[in-house]
Amino acid sequence: MSAQDWAYISNYAIYSAMVLFTLAFFGHAYETAWAVRTPIASAETEGNLVAKTFDNSRTQKAMRIATAMMILGFAFLFFGVIARGISAGRVPWGNMYEFSITGALAFSGAYLFALRKYDLRWLGVLVSFSVLLTLGTAITLLYRPSAPLVPALKSTWLVIHVSAAIISGGVFLLANVVAAAYLYLDNMESKGPRKVWAQRLPSLEVLDQLSYRLVAFVFPLWTFAVIAGAIWAESAWGRYWGWDPKETWAFITWVAYAAYLHARVTVGWRGRRAAWLCLLAGSTFLFNYVYVNVWGTGKHTYSGL
Amino acid sequence: MSDETKLPELGSIALVRYFWRQLTSMRTALVLLLLLALAAIPGSLIPQNAQNPMAVSDYFKQHKTLAIWFERFSLFDVYSSPWFSAIYILLFISLIGCVLPRSFEHFHAARALPPKTPKNLARMEYFQSWPANGKELEIARTWLKAKRFRVLENDGSISAEKGYLRETGNLFFHISLILILVGVLIGGLFGVRGSAILTQGERFVNNATSYDTISFGQISKENSLPPFTIKIDKFVAKYNTLTSAPEDYTLYVTTVAEPGATPKKQIVKVNSPLTFGSTRVYLQANGYSPIVTVQDKKGSVTFQGPVPFLPQDGNLRSIGAIKVPDGDPQLGFVSSFVPTYARSSNQGAISVFPEALDPRLLFSIWQGDLGLDNGRPQSVYRIDTSNMKQISLNSLKPGEFLKFSEGTIIFEDVVPWVNLQIVSDPGKSYSLIGGIVAILGLLASLFTRRRRIWIRVSADEVQVAGLAKNGAPGLAIEMSEFVTKLKGN
Repeated sequence: MSAQDWAYISNYAIYSAMVLFTLAFFGHAYETAWAVRTPIASAETEGNLVAKTFDNSRTQKAMRIATAMMILGFAFLFFGVIARGISAGRVPWGNMYEFSITGALAFSGAYLFALRKYDLRWLGVLVSFSVLLTLGTAITLLYRPSAPLVPALKSTWLVIHVSAAIISGGVFLLANVVAAAYLYLDNMESKGPRKVWAQRLPSLEVLDQLSYRLVAFVFPLWTFAVIAGAIWAESAWGRYWGWDPKETWAFITWVAYAAYLHARVTVGWRGRRAAWLCLLAGSTFLFNYVYVNVWGTGKHTYSGL
Repeated sequence: MSDETKLPELGSIALVRYFWRQLTSMRTALVLLLLLALAAIPGSLIPQNAQNPMAVSDYFKQHKTLAIWFERFSLFDVYSSPWFSAIYILLFISLIGCVLPRSFEHFHAARALPPKTPKNLARMEYFQSWPANGKELEIARTWLKAKRFRVLENDGSISAEKGYLRETGNLFFHISLILILVGVLIGGLFGVRGSAILTQGERFVNNATSYDTISFGQISKENSLPPFTIKIDKFVAKYNTLTSAPEDYTLYVTTVAEPGATPKKQIVKVNSPLTFGSTRVYLQANGYSPIVTVQDKKGSVTFQGPVPFLPQDGNLRSIGAIKVPDGDPQLGFVSSFVPTYARSSNQGAISVFPEALDPRLLFSIWQGDLGLDNGRPQSVYRIDTSNMKQISLNSLKPGEFLKFSEGTIIFEDVVPWVNLQIVSDPGKSYSLIGGIVAILGLLASLFTRRRRIWIRVSADEVQVAGLAKNGAPGLAIEMSEFVTKLKGN
């Protein structure tokens, strides 16, 4: 097959993945909305205040289907990323379109991986929506035809540095989603008992612990991504650190997460404050990805835009 | 706090100790860490002298008053500014003050035995007891030692601890950060960094005068430059025919490591620099140098040679200046060069491909005073025409010439130029070691679980208990394994 064929196959795979993630989204949305049973009218007329109850017996199937769609979507996305690489004859990390589809892959992969240990399916709505948003932006705004790499990117470090950065990004964002869920539920609980639909969501302690675990797990990888980038910069640009905007923001992200880990482990921050710090650190990563790639100057201008 | 009200009564030594304790407290370190991240932000949003001096001078033209204020607060040199330095120096002092005492403490703790078994084991997180059969203590001792626990026996009980690597890793991580900074410092003090534009065919001799720009570290000396030479044999650039994007740059050179050494043919690419000891030579940029000859009215040559032009876009439309100061009157050719010529209705001459497929040199000829003698530095790519008069306007293909009122200009040929960056950074290996140790230390400190296990055997009962520090997971599994082993025999 020609490079062009592979490029088409990649695009079809990504469109299919988007369809599957859409189905997963609707599955999870249905599940979230319909698992709350509103008492029938006759029960209310008896004069007793009958509360809404949580009953997901009818929606278990929807949840399972949604997860299956998510796994299938992940598989198609994986194939799409690989096909893109084959079509270009290199690793598929040459421009922002490719960073985005790989980022979506890492994010959904992190979710599915965490699913093996934690029942995170309540996060499914948010996860499938975020993946859809990323893929949609990628294919409409960021899409560039498959092409070879510019000379500066021709290095084995591309594989090492970029894969480490993308995986870290996927996990950081998952930690952000969990921290956001924490803050939302914490806010809800401060006003009274949890709403019915939110009752099956994990306790605040579990969320707090989970976002910490995700960050602690991936922080060494992010450190590695930054150091691998420095080693690469030394051989490509003649200096290992030059305060290029991308480097500066990678450093800011690193410092922010380092502060988060210290705040938790040493100073003993938990709960709201820790969640806010986690969100702040995650947003520096997003800022780096969006702002520096698209509007920024400097040496990391590989967005292809 | 009460500390503050007591402050005036403290002696000077106590005061110093008070500040030292404040500076080395975790909270201060945390604030400094966040402050450092905050302070790094402006440098990524405002153009920096170190990265892009052209953008800084543009900024001065566009926002004059704002730029002056930015200048006052070193906002064009954020990363070498006093306030940025202040933050990271304080942070590192705080770090050293925090890490050194802890290292000594840990050094002792790591060789000490675990504390004695507490009296009331039932209070611990994992506690079990069952009737004893007498052999438990022995089994426990073997099991704990096989699992590399540190063990203290004390009449009928064992106290065991494992996971000291957590603190070791933590300390190594912080010490390695200091090592990275030491590497940066050594590079700054002893390093040399410069760049030179070389046209194909030219030879570069590594001494300070050969450079276009060069900066020495505070302690490095000019005669420390290693005496190598590099001859630029050929530069080949390949471009994508659809997108014009570069696909490959290859520079063929002949190098001589030191006078008298045998010449060596080598290849330089963007990701593979040349290495001479601790000095490395990088391929950074490239462009075109038209080779031009200018003759005066009598036909004698007043200028000859390649002139590097500065690329302006992806298709390498370039601008340049041919200055002929040795004629009478002085001549200047305000020029642009396009490697593959095309005409656009609104922009005039443009380039449609970066390779030299249909090159064209376009210029206007000026006579008068080039302004080279007033001592003010000038751009080599531009001519100050304020004291000059335009006398002609034309374009040439390679091999063509033009006669004008003051002489003749011949566009002989065009050759590529490359910009080599030559860097000596003796500190980088320290930083690299620091980086590697940092990751290893981090892994050790984040993934080691520190925990204690106790067993007490009395005449009729076995008691076991466990405790995990920092709520580390996995102790339950380990405890059940331990208990099974004890009961199994």
